[in-house]
Amino acid sequence: MKFLYAAYTATWIIHISYLAFVLRRYIRLRNKIQELNQK
Amino acid sequence: MSALATLTRASLSKDLRLEWRSKDAINSMLFFALLVVVIFSFSFDPTAEESRRIAGGLVWVAFLFAAVVALNQTWARELRNQVLDAYRVSPAPANALFLAKALGNFIFVIVLEAFMTPLFIVFYNLRALGAAYQLLIVSALGTWALVVNGTFFAAMSLRTRSREIMLPLLLFPISIPALLATVEGTTAILTGDYSPKFWIVLLAAYNVVFTTACLLLFDKVLNAE
Amino acid sequence: MLRRAFPILGVLTAALLSYGLYEALIGAPIEQSMGEVQRIFYYHAPSAWTAFLLFTVNFVASVVYLIRRSIKADILALVTAEVGVVFCTVVLVTGPLWARPVWGIWWTWDIRLTSTLVLWLIYVSYLMLRRFSSSGQTPLMAAVLAVFGALDVPLVYFSIWFFRTQHPQPVIGGGGSIDPKMLQVALINWAAFLCFAGLVSWSRYRLELLQREVEETEALEALLDSGGAP
Repeated sequence: MKFLYAAYTATWIIHISYLAFVLRRYIRLRNKIQELNQK
Repeated sequence: MSALATLTRASLSKDLRLEWRSKDAINSMLFFALLVVVIFSFSFDPTAEESRRIAGGLVWVAFLFAAVVALNQTWARELRNQVLDAYRVSPAPANALFLAKALGNFIFVIVLEAFMTPLFIVFYNLRALGAAYQLLIVSALGTWALVVNGTFFAAMSLRTRSREIMLPLLLFPISIPALLATVEGTTAILTGDYSPKFWIVLLAAYNVVFTTACLLLFDKVLNAE
Repeated sequence: MLRRAFPILGVLTAALLSYGLYEALIGAPIEQSMGEVQRIFYYHAPSAWTAFLLFTVNFVASVVYLIRRSIKADILALVTAEVGVVFCTVVLVTGPLWARPVWGIWWTWDIRLTSTLVLWLIYVSYLMLRRFSSSGQTPLMAAVLAVFGALDVPLVYFSIWFFRTQHPQPVIGGGGSIDPKMLQVALINWAAFLCFAGLVSWSRYRLELLQREVEETEALEALLDSGGAP
């Protein structure tokens, strides 16, 4: 049933989106730390 | 205890006097309320039978929007004159300020409702099939539920960017049970199909819980650095 | 020590999630009336349980903050709210996807789904408050809002419950007893989600902690820079 697959796929898309959000923040933060260390 | 009451009354009468003298807020609010009623009437044009079933919802959504506009102005005056700082420094309990503001808003919104109700009755040919006096109870409880949290969240919104949109963003989700109860109670009385008792009890419980919470926590909100 | 545990827990979580997924899609028996679609339950319900648990932690952390003004409590509150909203979103998306093929409608004022919606709204407004408020008072305001939200929950539940008794509608997820094997699969997935939520929360927590340290350092730098130059 395509609703079944849609539900499971949607679940993981939601989780991965949040993980991407966290990762992007982490990368930005790490760059900022490097910047501060160089000063 | 009586110091609280005295301070509350003093603050409240000051607000009411200011409002009465300037009349700017009340005039613009009344006109806004009228516009809301008219626009709703254009959007929903039901028969008399249907209107009894949906009027409860329509009326209270209209009141809700009018109330939010009113609540947003609540602290504006205090901010303009830096009265808030004076309050923080004075030994007066924060509760007195909160109660005064909440009561003032309550009166303000009740006036708006009293103005809008006959208009709705006219536009929708409303007539309550149930016990009409109960409408007063539901209105009073429902309005207080909106106003008590609205006043509190308006104070919280003061320290945010986009403070006018913040108030409804915070108020609406938390008010959902109260709104549901008010609408259902009103519909119950208008249609006479069932008893509004449960909804009235729920509204009373909601009011007790949140009035207590607001009184207990307002101090922290006002004095937040 | 904690840092070394992370990869191990990560592998464990991935294993549990895979096992849970297998059981949900293949291992669990087919439900009689609804067929294969019912398998959505194995992601829908455990996500809801996880979200509620996270929100409960948020409430406790907020109260701790109000009493002790602990920064760690504040960060924990923020983290559990965010991850809770993520799981709550999953519940709200899988619910209608389940309801549509079974009952033909996307939404009913089903008590659990509707309560979840209101909870989602309250916590999204919490996150908005955190985003829009000026940083000095944010923790306090957020904690107060969290308390208000928690107080609201029973009222939300009762109001929707009574609304439904007056306007009867289909119940998503069915009531009544559940097959023990199905319950087992649901619990396996719940355990997997809990581990997953724990890891994600932990990572987010450390990120936030680090971010605040960096912001403090930046502020200090700015102060020193402006003070030094003539």
